[in-house]
Amino acid sequence: MVKIKATNLSKKFNERLIFKDVRFELQSRQSLVVTGQNGSGKTTLIRIISGLLSPTEGKLVFIKDNQEIELQQIFAFIGLVGPYLQLYNNLTAMENLVFFSKIRGLGTNKSKILELTKQMGLAGRELDYVKNYSSGMIQRLKFVFALLHEPPILLVDEPTSNLDEKGVEIVYGLLNKQMEDKILIVATNNPEESRFGQTHIHVGL
Amino acid sequence: MWWKFLLGIYMIFIILGAFLYAPTAKGLGETTRILFFHVPCAWIATLAFLVSAAYSIRYLRSQNMLMDLKATSAAQIGLVFTILATVTGSIWANEIWHSYWNWDPRESSIFILLLIYAAYFALRSAIEEKQQKARLASVYSIIAFVTVPFLIFVVPRLVESLHPDPLINTQGKIEMDSKMATVFFGSFVGFTALFFWMLYLKIQTVRLSQVKIKVNSGD
Amino acid sequence: MVKRTFMLVYNSLIVFQKDVQLEFRTRFSINAIILFAITTLTAISFSVGPAKLDITILSALLWIILFFSAMTGLSHIFVREEEQQTADTLRLVTSPLAVFLGKWLFNVVLLFALEIIIVPLFFILMNTSGGNSNLLLMVLFLGSLGLSTVSTIIAAIISQASARGALFAVLAFPISLPIIITSIHGTRLALEGNSVSTGFSDLQILISFFIVILTVSILTFEFIWKSN
Repeated sequence: MVKIKATNLSKKFNERLIFKDVRFELQSRQSLVVTGQNGSGKTTLIRIISGLLSPTEGKLVFIKDNQEIELQQIFAFIGLVGPYLQLYNNLTAMENLVFFSKIRGLGTNKSKILELTKQMGLAGRELDYVKNYSSGMIQRLKFVFALLHEPPILLVDEPTSNLDEKGVEIVYGLLNKQMEDKILIVATNNPEESRFGQTHIHVGL
Repeated sequence: MWWKFLLGIYMIFIILGAFLYAPTAKGLGETTRILFFHVPCAWIATLAFLVSAAYSIRYLRSQNMLMDLKATSAAQIGLVFTILATVTGSIWANEIWHSYWNWDPRESSIFILLLIYAAYFALRSAIEEKQQKARLASVYSIIAFVTVPFLIFVVPRLVESLHPDPLINTQGKIEMDSKMATVFFGSFVGFTALFFWMLYLKIQTVRLSQVKIKVNSGD
Repeated sequence: MVKRTFMLVYNSLIVFQKDVQLEFRTRFSINAIILFAITTLTAISFSVGPAKLDITILSALLWIILFFSAMTGLSHIFVREEEQQTADTLRLVTSPLAVFLGKWLFNVVLLFALEIIIVPLFFILMNTSGGNSNLLLMVLFLGSLGLSTVSTIIAAIISQASARGALFAVLAFPISLPIIITSIHGTRLALEGNSVSTGFSDLQILISFFIVILTVSILTFEFIWKSN
């Protein structure tokens, strides 16, 4: 059982206030949708939850089985998909995934990787260089990247950007599955996607 | 408040003492006078660096922007005194040894300190976001600080020293006339007090201007 | 504790291996650094002509070439990650220290690779031979360790700033000075044929500086790597 507790999160860049007083509490099987216009701070909030940024004020606590997880270990519990996330262009998709797999301590389980790529509709394209991938394929690959280590917390910033109909279908299926027994946080502008969260937070002043 | 006037009067005494009270050193003639100002400048340049590094560590620990402000202010004052020390040293060198610059260990050391300060400010100006600026500049300050002890050992390897060591040698034995010593150490104390006062002034000025911005923007 | 250390070393090696793999594919850093070094060396050699240079000057020239070559090639390892926006990805998958150690190792190997080519070339073009090669190798080895460590930590700092090219040398130079001065001194001793024991104090300085700067880098890297 994993929990996230956010209290009074606020973020300022220089003197510009991005958002303030954001709070929520989530545990496994619960999900959150973050909405807001472009530039409202949705991405900033996601980046804070993922550990890439620190909040200016407020606290963010991750708990596993009633014990607080150390800040330095949080990365192991989180999977992130977002437009600002890039993979290594000069490596093949498979090389990227093997690297991430090894560095997360999962060894080189190629069959597991292939299963995921097949699920995301990338079967047969694993040996292509990422720089030759279309933007839709990259988005699908990012999902494979995020789910490799079966994270108890999945953060998705704009789940369906660049995706065609089939891709959207796959992703929605995936998000539903994540909601079944894990924590899901989705940031989106698309009103269709607000069904992926029981709680909603609207960011923007 | 009152102690600022006291400091002012004290420094006037030091200046008078440097020119009228203290005798000149052997072989240096009237140029000795610069000793009472040049050496304290070099000392403050180093002290400022130490203070800056200390506040940098405190910033990294606390993420408190006030610590970064103190670190930067100390560095700014340190830079000024480094330039003063370099220039006064160079003028003195020319008077005595007829050469403005010789890369002797002391000259090299002060110049390197100047480079470090310049690098610190170059780094700060290359980063826009305040917290990132504070964080990276603090780290650089600490790294540079760690390098300094090595420089003290290493720089003498460059060239034989032209610096007047018979007067103040590295073992710390001071062979100055007692009148000179009085003015000399008096100057040290005065300059140190001056440094901390300038630091305090600088910090207060910046903090007040920040309040002014907040008030004006109706926050 | 033992497990953590093992994970750390393992992850560092994985980062290192990934960077080597990328480097072989693109050859950005190695090309830049070797071409720069050769160009500089050629320029010096042409300018000097057949004249045989004083040993002190030769020692200085060697380390100037090495320093500026480092300035050309050793920042890519961090700058590239930031420019291609894979730095955040890397932040998401492993600890900061593993990233630092992996990239540090890369820079050490890169600098050594450069030296294998450039140092012999230097001595051939500058018409010098003789001296104590044992001492020379030791000075080169320890000096390079120090130089690559300084380059790595400063590269990490500037990768998050703008105006990276100029800033790299400006920041790295004062910090590298103890290495440069001592290495020049030690190289001169070696070329003059002195024994290792004569050059021992230089070696001591180089190794203690290396240990100190590596330690400080390890302690402060996390503050550099994690953004606010």
